[in-house]
Amino acid sequence: MAFAAFATAEAQTQAPKRKSRIALFLLLPGIAYLVLFFLAPLISLLLTSLQAPREFGDIGQFDYAFNWQNYTAVIQGYLPHILRSFGYALASTVLALIISYPLAYFIGVKARRRPMLQGLMLVLVIAPFFISFLLRTLAWKQLLSDESFVITSLKALSLMAPDAHFTGTPFAVIFGLTYNFIPFMTLPLYTTLERLDTRFLEAGSDLYASPFTVFRKVTIPLSMPGIVAGTLLTFIPAAGDYINASRDFLGGTETQMMGNVIEANFLVLLNYPAAAALSIILMAVILVLVGVYVKRSGTEELL
Amino acid sequence: MTTRPLPQDPMVRAIITQARQAQLNRRTLLTGAGAGASALALAACSPAGAQGKPTPAADESATDKSLNWANWAAYIDEDDDGNYPTLEAFQKESGIAVDYEVAVDDNNTYYGKVKDQLALGQDIGADLVCLTDWMIARWIRFGYAQEFDHGNIPNIANLTPSLRDVDFDEGRKFSLPWQGGFAGICWNKEAVPGGLASVSDLWQADLKGRVGVLSEMRDTVGLIMLENGVDISGKWGDDEYSEAIELLRQQVADGQIRNIKGNSYLEDLKSEDTLAAICWSGDITVINAEAGDKWEFAIPTAGGTLWNDNFLVPIGSPRKANAEALMNYYYEPEVAAEVAAWVNFITPVVGAKEAAAAIDPELAENQLIFPDEETLSNAYVFRALDGAEEQKYQAEFQSILLGS
Repeated sequence: MAFAAFATAEAQTQAPKRKSRIALFLLLPGIAYLVLFFLAPLISLLLTSLQAPREFGDIGQFDYAFNWQNYTAVIQGYLPHILRSFGYALASTVLALIISYPLAYFIGVKARRRPMLQGLMLVLVIAPFFISFLLRTLAWKQLLSDESFVITSLKALSLMAPDAHFTGTPFAVIFGLTYNFIPFMTLPLYTTLERLDTRFLEAGSDLYASPFTVFRKVTIPLSMPGIVAGTLLTFIPAAGDYINASRDFLGGTETQMMGNVIEANFLVLLNYPAAAALSIILMAVILVLVGVYVKRSGTEELL
Repeated sequence: MTTRPLPQDPMVRAIITQARQAQLNRRTLLTGAGAGASALALAACSPAGAQGKPTPAADESATDKSLNWANWAAYIDEDDDGNYPTLEAFQKESGIAVDYEVAVDDNNTYYGKVKDQLALGQDIGADLVCLTDWMIARWIRFGYAQEFDHGNIPNIANLTPSLRDVDFDEGRKFSLPWQGGFAGICWNKEAVPGGLASVSDLWQADLKGRVGVLSEMRDTVGLIMLENGVDISGKWGDDEYSEAIELLRQQVADGQIRNIKGNSYLEDLKSEDTLAAICWSGDITVINAEAGDKWEFAIPTAGGTLWNDNFLVPIGSPRKANAEALMNYYYEPEVAAEVAAWVNFITPVVGAKEAAAAIDPELAENQLIFPDEETLSNAYVFRALDGAEEQKYQAEFQSILLGS
């Protein structure tokens, strides 16, 4: 074991020294892909976000300029939506983690001796992917509509006020986000927990740690890579999601997120600079938040 | 640096114009060569907006007997095998092969998809599209539509007189109505047994939180303005618009209005999240057939809005004459009657009612498909907005849709 680790470490330090034309050549398709489908659109987005309306122009007509006021204007106009996006994304990430962790722990640790059960449960986690994301969200909307069994029962039990609704509320949007991103949280957690060496847990108990302390001091640190990967895979797309919050799905006029604002500015108002500026802000904020998060959880080497 | 004449290809032209605008000379281009420059060039492919008006493509209809028609879903007669009987008859009669595509599901998204090619005068893959009045107005204003040769469409004489001189296209030089409809109010007959008569009835207390309105600004705000006594086809300005918008904002804030939606408002009616709504006439006929005879539609006493979806030949289409032949065919009263009987919307063709009476007398009496003068006198077309107005009014309407 020790020798093997030493050997790989040596190979790693040696690798960058050798210049290989073949390696560069093999990288070309990847680089071309990134330039074509990431760099070019990004530059285009940046240029668009700085455009200014054409003088006496019609709706949707803009010229290239350095109109940085677009950014202050969208922040002033849409601050509630920006905050709401990250608030909803955070809430649904935490909820997804609370729901997924026990699930992943059961599949990855408790069900180890029963591969059939493990396989079956994994299939159940992945099964929702067999149906379109849009259809599933629409189905929830119907299942939780005012006259549905669930809502009428809750009202009969006085758990909901008689004139209350579920669809169109923040709860509905957070519910939808959580539901839709649970597999993205469960799978990374499962892959780390599946490799968890249970002998460490035994060792912890032998040292008179309570089960909770073992969980806090051993299980959680060992599953950190899964937690970080899962929360990132949930938080990033959830912050930019515009399906769940859309008025046509689970949202209402008071639950609109950044994605919905971008959509309205791009498609309806034809205010392309505002839509582009909002997209850049969304990317920048996510980048900063994720950077701080990864740094603070001290898991750069684990990623 | 001497200016050379620009090459013919519109894409290359656009790149060069963009490059000149960005003041890139040969040296900076060379220093930035490689990834950076190519990325910039690619980024420049998206035009910032029409610099001038694009020029129409040369017509090759004489040699190219084909046609691509982009239309909305469930908007043409269809038999059980998914064929379009009237369209097949046209193909046989004219020898033009028509590729009918259900490519439009929303005016705004369709426009978002094709606008850059239109600005460059390129073929968008459709020779004939059907879009709503206000969107057509935008295309005509921007020079994205080809002018018709009325000599190729003799049946234009069958166009309903009231639709001949619309404010966005005097004399119908660029557009022809395909089907139209009313926006009005509808309600669930079980939940609202007394029915509704006016838009104000939607604001009654026992419908709180169960009312839906459309995300189409001209229909929702138009109906409220009519209720306020404004003639939406005539002259009105910011004051009349703001009054209606404030009322709408208040009803949304009070929770009276549950949601503001596009086509998916029908799902809310079916699931009974909404019990009453502002809605489109033809849809109610369709959901009554689909989900039990539960809903009723009415044009409010103060008036309903009337809209049309119109044929238009995009600027880059090389098959204008073929498109004109097809429009001429659909302006035959017998053909129009056959389509109207299937789609349940209003046909703009005079004589279609008589033709329909020969097939099914009851159908010809349906006011939502073949409205008489009395019904039509209570329906109003939202006046055309100029660019600045459209921007301002849409921004106000969207601020309600997006909440705060």
